[in-house]
Amino acid sequence: MQQTTQNAENIALFAGLAADWWNPEGSSRLLHRINPTRLGFIRDSLVHHFGLDPRKRRALEGLSALDIGCGAGLVTEPLARMGADTQGLDAGADLIEAARAHAAAQQLPIRYTAADITDFAPAHKGRFDIVTCLEVVEHVADIPAFLAALASLLKPGGLLIFSTPNRTPLSWAVLIAGAEKITRMIPDGGHDWHKFLTPDELTRYLAEAGLKVETLKGLNWSPAKGFHISDDVSITYIGTAVRV
Amino acid sequence: MAGCVVGQCLNNGHIGCDTTGVGARPALRYHMAMAKASPPAAVLQPFDCILVGGGLVGLTLAIALAAHDLSVAVVERADPDAHMAPEFDGRASAIASSTARMLRALGLGDLLDTQGCAIRAIRVTDGLDPRFLHFDSAEADPAEPLGTMLENRALRGALLAKLRQMPGISLFAPTAIARTERGPNMASVALADGRLLTAPLIIACDGRGSQLRQQAGIRLASWQYDATAIVTMLAHEKPHNHVASELFYADGPFAQLPMIDLPDGRHRSALVWTVRRKDADGLKALSPRAIAHEAEKKMGSFLGKLELIAPVQSYPLNLQHAERYWAERLILVGDAAHGIHPIAGQGLNMGLRDVAALAEVLSDSARLGLDLGHPDVARRYERWRRSDNSATAAATDILTRLFGVPGRTATSIRATGLAAVNRIPPLRRAFMKIARGEAGDLPPLLRGELG
Repeated sequence: MQQTTQNAENIALFAGLAADWWNPEGSSRLLHRINPTRLGFIRDSLVHHFGLDPRKRRALEGLSALDIGCGAGLVTEPLARMGADTQGLDAGADLIEAARAHAAAQQLPIRYTAADITDFAPAHKGRFDIVTCLEVVEHVADIPAFLAALASLLKPGGLLIFSTPNRTPLSWAVLIAGAEKITRMIPDGGHDWHKFLTPDELTRYLAEAGLKVETLKGLNWSPAKGFHISDDVSITYIGTAVRV
Repeated sequence: MAGCVVGQCLNNGHIGCDTTGVGARPALRYHMAMAKASPPAAVLQPFDCILVGGGLVGLTLAIALAAHDLSVAVVERADPDAHMAPEFDGRASAIASSTARMLRALGLGDLLDTQGCAIRAIRVTDGLDPRFLHFDSAEADPAEPLGTMLENRALRGALLAKLRQMPGISLFAPTAIARTERGPNMASVALADGRLLTAPLIIACDGRGSQLRQQAGIRLASWQYDATAIVTMLAHEKPHNHVASELFYADGPFAQLPMIDLPDGRHRSALVWTVRRKDADGLKALSPRAIAHEAEKKMGSFLGKLELIAPVQSYPLNLQHAERYWAERLILVGDAAHGIHPIAGQGLNMGLRDVAALAEVLSDSARLGLDLGHPDVARRYERWRRSDNSATAAATDILTRLFGVPGRTATSIRATGLAAVNRIPPLRRAFMKIARGEAGDLPPLLRGELG
């Protein structure tokens, strides 16, 4: 398979961690901890955008969702449990195998595909109400090509939810020095700070792809609140963009 | 999979009847004859959670979860309707105002209004010493009583009736459990009749001696008290005026709790009388008249002539607290997690506060699409409940020890202390807040909201 948009070394690194991905105390534990906060943002954004019933158990029933860079399914499975007709896409074949095995064991009807997005997109144009792309663009080699393919997957009026680290001295200190090297909360060598995008840069790239940013918030941690959504985007940010 | 009766069969073989070790052979043998009645070895559609134990806490939790659109299986060993006989459970409970708000939010307001007796004031004294501590509900909020006295079986009956109306709840009772399994992806409970229930989470509401807790290897910290609670019901000549009294004696507290009048108009109170362990059997062996006479000696004559109107039951007292409230795909609730000395009537309320917190955590997690058996879900519940349960247990233990010291000096210190608390309104209000179960961070159900 050709890797036009994904960085090949990165795929290999994360694929090697596939077996450990679902271990809440393993190499992906930071993602496990951060997950309820991300999912809360995702649900609230979708409820607001599509005018859904916030009290409903399966609020996303009737909507179709694609999780891009799904890994072993940490966000894909919740989307399916929230009621969306859900697919997961990742370039790492080992990760997709882990994702399929886990979803089967959890009895979740999720379709997973191991492919590069540029190969996947042509056959799935305008197919999805929801696309999620969390902690992915920082690993992408050709951002315009990646986002063009991503935008083509959404229905007009469909919503993209993205999150990625900012490129600031603070994000280097926290994510690279702190989380990768010292506390090993995230896999060492998995991130290149120079490739991180600022919110302004990403907003421009998204606009070029026909995606209009609607909300942009910071994802932060404090001793009192744990992980939470705030207006401070200096480390990592999460937002929504609508396909115009 | 010919044996399925309810919902869809699971078609992935990893959670099959063969993993449970029960039912496979009977299924072959009896399939033809029993296919319509109760076919063995049926795998039911997965539930969101399986509750083991259909006591007051388990039934309330099932209703709270179903009210949040979760599908629930309740597995109970005994026949739920047999619990309704007065000889099975003659006990009454003081429902704190926060837990009463939850019961109202769950649709049990009628029960509280017709069967509940509001406690308007609590009078705490050291024996028959005239100095006393008086808690009055009018002081904080006249509309809200300090608590509501309710017969356990009335609460159980209303919970069962409510539960049977809710489509999200499947009640399996009476039934024995052949085996439970908890794995990285799913938990299952195999019933003795061969049916197999699956869910991401098992919730243990199986009481003080919780089998599930023991099987999970969760250890228990426990204290024994040299005390047994004698519980019964009294009819009395004069009205109680909605006042409860708690009289502290060296042998333990003696509590009179106001109940609604009997159908024939006689006034009625519940009695919780704590005695030394060695004295319990002797007291129980007395005739009803003699027991009423002894009670009158303890509480004085402010209610007039007393008559025993229920069998006398006794409960040895201990305090126990599980070292943790969860294990893989298992969460402990109520007495399975903590049992306390009933000195302040907080046992059932602690369990019902567990219910409110767990219903909030699980409904929140379900809406976010999380795996309900994930350790982070259990941790959130445990963090929320452990400090409150520990504080209530510790406060109760301190009260017991404080009032367990015999002698004149101790009596005079206690009486002075009570009178001092009585004279300082902020302190009194703080005590009342604890009695009402309103201390700490309240889940929506305890504020009377469905969330």
